[in-house]
Amino acid sequence: MTEPLVRIEAVSRRFGEIRALEQVSLEIRQGEFFALLGPSGCGKTTLLRILAGFEHPDSGSVTLDDADLLAVPPHRRPVNLMFQSYALFPHMNVAKNIAYGLEREHLPKAEIRERVDAVLATIGLTGLARRRPNQLSGGQRQRVALARAIVKRPRLLLLDEPLSALDKKVRAEMQLELKRLQHEVGITFVVVTHDQEEAMSLADRVAVLSEGRVRQIDAPVPLYERPADLFVADFIGANNLVTGMVGADGLQVPGVGVLPCPVPAAAVGRAATLAVRPERVRLGTEGGLAGVVRDVTFFGGTTRVAVDVTGLDRPLLATVAGATAVALGDKTRVDWSASDAMLLGND
Amino acid sequence: MRRSNWLYVPAGLTYLFLYLPIAVLVVMSFNAADTPYRLDGFGTAWYGKLFADRAVREGLVNTLIVAAGATALSTVLGTLLAVGLARYTRSKLLDAIAVAPAVLPDIVLAIGLLAFYTAVQFTLGRHSILLAHAVFGTAFVAAVVRTRLAHVDGSLEEASRDLGATPLSTFARITLPSLAPGIIAGALLAFSLSIDEFVIAFFTTGPDNPTLPIVIYSMVRFGVTPEINALATLLLAVSFTFVLIAQRLSRLTESI
Ligand SMILES: Nc1ncnc2c1ncn2[C@@H]1O[C@H](COP(=O)(O)OP(=O)(O)O)[C@@H](O)[C@H]1O
Ligand SMILES: [Mg+2]
Repeated sequence: MTEPLVRIEAVSRRFGEIRALEQVSLEIRQGEFFALLGPSGCGKTTLLRILAGFEHPDSGSVTLDDADLLAVPPHRRPVNLMFQSYALFPHMNVAKNIAYGLEREHLPKAEIRERVDAVLATIGLTGLARRRPNQLSGGQRQRVALARAIVKRPRLLLLDEPLSALDKKVRAEMQLELKRLQHEVGITFVVVTHDQEEAMSLADRVAVLSEGRVRQIDAPVPLYERPADLFVADFIGANNLVTGMVGADGLQVPGVGVLPCPVPAAAVGRAATLAVRPERVRLGTEGGLAGVVRDVTFFGGTTRVAVDVTGLDRPLLATVAGATAVALGDKTRVDWSASDAMLLGND
Repeated sequence: MRRSNWLYVPAGLTYLFLYLPIAVLVVMSFNAADTPYRLDGFGTAWYGKLFADRAVREGLVNTLIVAAGATALSTVLGTLLAVGLARYTRSKLLDAIAVAPAVLPDIVLAIGLLAFYTAVQFTLGRHSILLAHAVFGTAFVAAVVRTRLAHVDGSLEEASRDLGATPLSTFARITLPSLAPGIIAGALLAFSLSIDEFVIAFFTTGPDNPTLPIVIYSMVRFGVTPEINALATLLLAVSFTFVLIAQRLSRLTESI
């Protein structure tokens, strides 16, 4: 389970002036569900294409099972890629599309038929084997693309934004399905996404990328609770970020006061940003900062309240359970425990 | 608002302008008498006479040999050219040069080819016409296949490689089938252009084995007969069918 399957070391790739990947190093473990997360254009697809063999790094190394992967041409890598566009062959029906990869391995006909039937059953498309891709819905196409890749039983399955073309309801279904499938087939999955909720709900571990660099690699919970830097703190989940100067008892913000947070001795006297999650912020009548309720959004289970605090350019967000007593325009006070906040360097 | 009917008049007149000569030709080919410009009763006698004419029959055979050979050559070369251009070059200039023979004036191509054949002391005959027709045929096929290529999703070939197919196998199983409608349309176009091509054939033909358009030209020099009208009508039917099929296929291409 913890054996590294893929080792990516110091991989860089440039396209002219654009640095798509800069010194990317990460390990993907045997059997895990790994996510590459980052905003559009941060190099996720480029990294995936390097793993599949359609792109070559300018420098760095990639090994799979401790053997050099970069020397192997795409058609001989034990790696399969599910394309963002699905790339189903339009002149072949569903069964032919799925059998294509097995036929290239020159397997016996009977075995091919058996494996195709089995995978069709797994993804629940048995009745559609004779359909052409253009006779399928988006969700069905996505399943066929997935089936075509997993039927090869690759060591590593790469999925490029697998759910981005689906509408919201189908997407939620497919998320569960992907997870179940990964569990069932036991293949190592690497999924690329720009949707942080998707990455957090699917993956065992997530690598956050920004502008071609790895910012943090961690499991979803630590990623959320202990972001390594400002970018991750801002990108993963909602966060209140306030910049100021570190004092002995908290973060000093001119015109606002001293905000509670744990203070490492070494940080005193430096500029830093305080991060506190909305669900850790309390609304009340005492302590903390005075503010005016600017917006109340009811989500059913929770309510998000935005509070304008004099001296801060962004309203502070607080998430409270159930419906709330405060209304638009109310005066309120905002507070949190020092241990629920964290300081991040401004670099 | 209702569209006023008189707007159809110019369009109607244009059609008349385009197709009246052809209509006259077709009608005259069924003339019973031997007056090429005045209709005197209806009959298919001239078609019978046409098939009995040895020069015409031989011309037809030559034309078919040239057209078939030129089409085969153009289809293969044109397809490879289109794929090569799409895959290995971003140069707009190379692209334009590749399809230029399709739009160059025939007379320029004809003179150029004749000069070239003379320079390399190539004997002239059916084969020299065949090669000459393959020159513009290749350009037409390349242009049609190129259009088709632009509509094909490039990730299909990568998906094929990803699933374990070698580059060659990918070309045969994925690239060619995706391009098939374009290739067939290009081939039909090359064929129908070759069967009625005159200028280039006239310049590059040898002493024997003239193609049908050349045969017709030599017949016309002694005056137009209804027999020629019949021949032209048949040629018209063939080219028209081919162009229609080619157009159908390229429309199919766009809808995929
Ligand atoms: N073949 C290419 N040629 C030029 N630039 C490219 C190419 N592929 C990717 N890029 C650039 O590299 C950067 C990263 O692209 P990509 O890996 O597709 O990002 P992501 O998948 O994270 O959205 C982008 O700025 C993109 O424009
Ligand atoms: Mg991408």
